[in-house]
Amino acid sequence: MSFASFADFLAMGNHGAYVWSAYGICLVVLVLNVLLPLQARRRYLQDEARRMRREESR
Amino acid sequence: MSNLMNWTWFHKLGSPKWFYEISGRWLPGLAIAAALLLLVGTVWGLAFAPPDYQQGNSFRIIYIHVPAAFLAQSIYVMLAVAGVVGLVWKMKLADVALQQAAPVGAWMTAIALITGAIWGKPTWGTYWIWDARLTSMLILLFLYFGVIALGQAISNRDSAAKACAVLAVVGVINIPIIKYSVQWWNTLHQPATFSVIEKPAMPVQMWLPLLIMVLGFYCFFAAVLLMRMRLEVLRREARSSWVKNEIRGLVEGKR
Repeated sequence: MSFASFADFLAMGNHGAYVWSAYGICLVVLVLNVLLPLQARRRYLQDEARRMRREESR
Repeated sequence: MSNLMNWTWFHKLGSPKWFYEISGRWLPGLAIAAALLLLVGTVWGLAFAPPDYQQGNSFRIIYIHVPAAFLAQSIYVMLAVAGVVGLVWKMKLADVALQQAAPVGAWMTAIALITGAIWGKPTWGTYWIWDARLTSMLILLFLYFGVIALGQAISNRDSAAKACAVLAVVGVINIPIIKYSVQWWNTLHQPATFSVIEKPAMPVQMWLPLLIMVLGFYCFFAAVLLMRMRLEVLRREARSSWVKNEIRGLVEGKR
């Protein structure tokens, strides 16, 4: 461990605001890059299944 | 005959069905590797790596800034390679790869620029300067925007693929400019962190977590790219019977 306490870890030696905002933004972007394609896939599969059912019942 | 045999893998790669099957097998492993590497690298880099003797703890931004910047440039080179493959061999999957990698590349460039700006404030005293490294990275972001916009603006799929491939290939000239910008021009930006021929200037406790983060970012990109490409393959092949079967199986499997 490079820090004496958890408060020290959060403070990052007066650079806390910079380090945590950079990591926070990075985390948000990475999570978005996973969630958006997953959501698009779910929506596409639902739409496509509905379309195929419509065509079959015709 | 033997010559033909050697190229079968290349032609298989052009088959959307084959790609869909093989990528489905790779995806879980890549996703797990990415999650583990990123978790270990982040905890190590944030909590266990020693602070820099000059920059203190703000240097920890390196563990996301450098991997994102590496990836941003690698993805653009990948776009150019996919562009050449698409133009020369008319491989449809190359266009799928190009279109689906571009948004991820743009996000990585944005991470590199934003984390770099945040890091610049405590280190240089400013968020932004118009020096060669920062400006050429900004141009990379606009090249990504160009590829994405071009792909969406042209409604004919073949024309769009061709236009994007040409832009990707021409734009790759920016990559060596980014790489050598810190040597060719005076800059505040520090020189390369890693070099193939020299030993790292950092102690091992500092560069090992960085290496883990770089590997983690590459695995993350590979997993996200395969995920996006698989959906796009389903979309483009929606008329074929194997896609209909696959969709039926996926939707019924959930119920």
